[in-house]
Amino acid sequence: MRQRSFRMILVVSTFLMAMTASAQSRGELHFCLHSEPKTFNPLLAEDDSSETIRYLTGGVLIRVDRLTQDAVPELATAWKISNVGKTITFKLRDGIRFSDNTAFSAEDVAHTVRQLMDPELHSPTADSFRSGEGKVEIRVLSPNRIAITFPAPIAGLDKLFDQVAIMSATSPKKEMAVLGPYYVAEYKAGSYVLLQRNPNYWRHDGSGKQLPYIESVKLDIQQNRDTEMLRLLRGEVDFINSLDAEYFDKIMSQNPSMAHDAGVSLDSEQLWFNQVASSPLPDYKKEWFRSTNFRRAISEAINRDDLARIVFHGHARPAVGPVSIANKFWFNSKLQPHPFDRTSALQRLNQDGFQLRDRVLRDRQGHAVEFSIITNSGNKYRERMATMIQQDLAAIGIKLNIVTLDFPSLIERITRSFDYEACLLGLVNNDLDPNSQMNIWLSSAENHQWNPNQKSPGTNWEADIDKLMRAQASGLDSRKRKNYFDKVQEIVWEQEPFIYLVNRNALSAVSPSVLNAHPAILRPQVYWNIDQLALGNEVARKH
Amino acid sequence: MRWIRTLALSFLALTAAACLLADFIAPAPYDHQFRAEPGAAPSRQHLLGTDDLGRDRFSRLLYGTRVSLLLAPAAALLSSLLAALIGGTAGFMGGKVEKMVMAGTDLFLSLPWLFLLMTVRALLPLNVSPIVSAAITFLLLGCLGWAAAARVVCADARSLRNSDFILLARASGSGGFRLLWRHLTPNLLPVLFAQFWISVPAFILTEANLGMLGLGVAEPLPSWGSLLRELQSYSSFAGNPWQFVPLLLFILLVSCFQLVMVQEELPA
Repeated sequence: MRQRSFRMILVVSTFLMAMTASAQSRGELHFCLHSEPKTFNPLLAEDDSSETIRYLTGGVLIRVDRLTQDAVPELATAWKISNVGKTITFKLRDGIRFSDNTAFSAEDVAHTVRQLMDPELHSPTADSFRSGEGKVEIRVLSPNRIAITFPAPIAGLDKLFDQVAIMSATSPKKEMAVLGPYYVAEYKAGSYVLLQRNPNYWRHDGSGKQLPYIESVKLDIQQNRDTEMLRLLRGEVDFINSLDAEYFDKIMSQNPSMAHDAGVSLDSEQLWFNQVASSPLPDYKKEWFRSTNFRRAISEAINRDDLARIVFHGHARPAVGPVSIANKFWFNSKLQPHPFDRTSALQRLNQDGFQLRDRVLRDRQGHAVEFSIITNSGNKYRERMATMIQQDLAAIGIKLNIVTLDFPSLIERITRSFDYEACLLGLVNNDLDPNSQMNIWLSSAENHQWNPNQKSPGTNWEADIDKLMRAQASGLDSRKRKNYFDKVQEIVWEQEPFIYLVNRNALSAVSPSVLNAHPAILRPQVYWNIDQLALGNEVARKH
Repeated sequence: MRWIRTLALSFLALTAAACLLADFIAPAPYDHQFRAEPGAAPSRQHLLGTDDLGRDRFSRLLYGTRVSLLLAPAAALLSSLLAALIGGTAGFMGGKVEKMVMAGTDLFLSLPWLFLLMTVRALLPLNVSPIVSAAITFLLLGCLGWAAAARVVCADARSLRNSDFILLARASGSGGFRLLWRHLTPNLLPVLFAQFWISVPAFILTEANLGMLGLGVAEPLPSWGSLLRELQSYSSFAGNPWQFVPLLLFILLVSCFQLVMVQEELPA
């Protein structure tokens, strides 16, 4: 009985929502891009602004639902993965047209995939599809069926198509002809990008009304975050997609109805020690950094709760490992954040011959334990975290020197010269599937930051990770893949090559006049359901 | 107007004394994080409240002012000496030497300071203590800040070289180092003095700018750069007027330096 009532309420509220939305549709939605879009070609989008435009204008075969994290049909009504994960066959929606009225067919998908995989184009989106040597085979089976075969199996293949906006093979407008809810109507460099509603957009709401509800979207190019926030409070922009903790609290104090904390995101902050054998560090320091006990001790001496509470004003959560708790499927729920325990940290250090004497920790040979940590200058959150870690480590007799470097200098040190001791950086994660982390976990990978580009794994546990990552990447059974990746998480938790500190929350601000907004933890947090957003009457009039 | 100068000097002296006695006056160590009270309002324990990490703002202001007030004059002295050496020699020698040195100075002036500082900072060893990093920052400022002053000094030395008293000294048999040291240098002192006073607030401002970029003096040692960085964004203006005390003190001190400098220039 209770379940039936709940369903009834749900149906009624959905109906009312649709009615409300259709009642006030149209108007212009305003928000800010923080930089100039570098391209309108969806296959070349790499920067945030270009990706925003791709998301708003591009039609994709499959979309990852930002709330459920499942793959849902868009231009493809059905798909099937076969041939041990090498082939994906799509059945396409009929009767769809691009924004310039060109008909959509399997030929367009074939054209897009050919373009995507063209090595001359250097598409950043294509990297995830490059599974092995050889050509991609594309077979157009009928106007609405297509099969794409990759040279090697690709794990999580279907979800990768979330990033591939289909382009027309025949339209004279090329990439400007789109299948998404909006098309680029006007672009004034340095000022704004104006998107207009695509009259041929395929999706309709429950009452049969064509989406999107909002007539146009104006993306103002605004680098300054302060100005963006003032404009939001003045009602000149309708939302801020991603906020930091201080801005969030400011909005919370002034207008609580605008502030949205969607919870823990996929983004993490972590530190690691340089374990590169050829690095120009003294041998005794290399020995420290290669010791699991040393890394675990440092990890246990850091108060992650304080980092989350003080640095991120409570809008973060102590991190467990490489996967955020927000990644519902892939997170290993057996793991817990490393506890803050100075006594245990000192015990671990004692096992390695370290002794705390006169408030100074010394190794077996009598060297005082002192090291530097580098981070990128201008990021106040990382600087604050480093300062708090400095005090935490001072309590166990370790002297930490904080060095902030401009980003190019920092990258030079961590990727080429390896002239650093520890590094504190964050990882912005957009992809749920662990396959996207192959370039981090394989010991031969460039982004295996603590010891990259190894010819053969330097330690047994790195060899185990290599095997498990390769096994999960070649598997199709998601349960088996999950088992493999759970083990990777356990090894990383145990060995701590990366000391994961916190996962930040996904914070955003949305004007109450924007209807149907349900900020999610996945990017783009606020406008992931852009075609269903609507403007309240007041805002519609104002614009 | 003498009373204004006296007032400015007294304020500078008072501030300097307070900073030098920071170890006795400060209610807490500048780096201690009172983690239960981050961003606290002023209270009896924390006269200016605490910063975002719970560190006592008043203590940090005292120590930060000490760092900036001790090291900025030292850097200004270094740059003034370099300016005297380079500009004075070029102006005194004249001819091709002057042209070459001034061309080098122009080239030096055209260098993008900020990027140069960032590059030099990136090349320095990483494991340096905050105090050493502060000293290095100001040493860099001193080594890089001589060029503009050298041009002024060169122009002054050139006019002195052609003056009657130098001609008389030459006629009396003075030459070389003696002429430079005994006759030219004392007459360059007023210009050098003025350059010194100009450089002090300029270096304090530069360090503050570097601090805003996260460069400069390393944590946890406070400096005006790190103190002013709190006011960097709109979100800082959260109706906490005590946050503005470092800014107010900074403006007052720079104004005092300027007032003292103007008064120094007048007798010259």
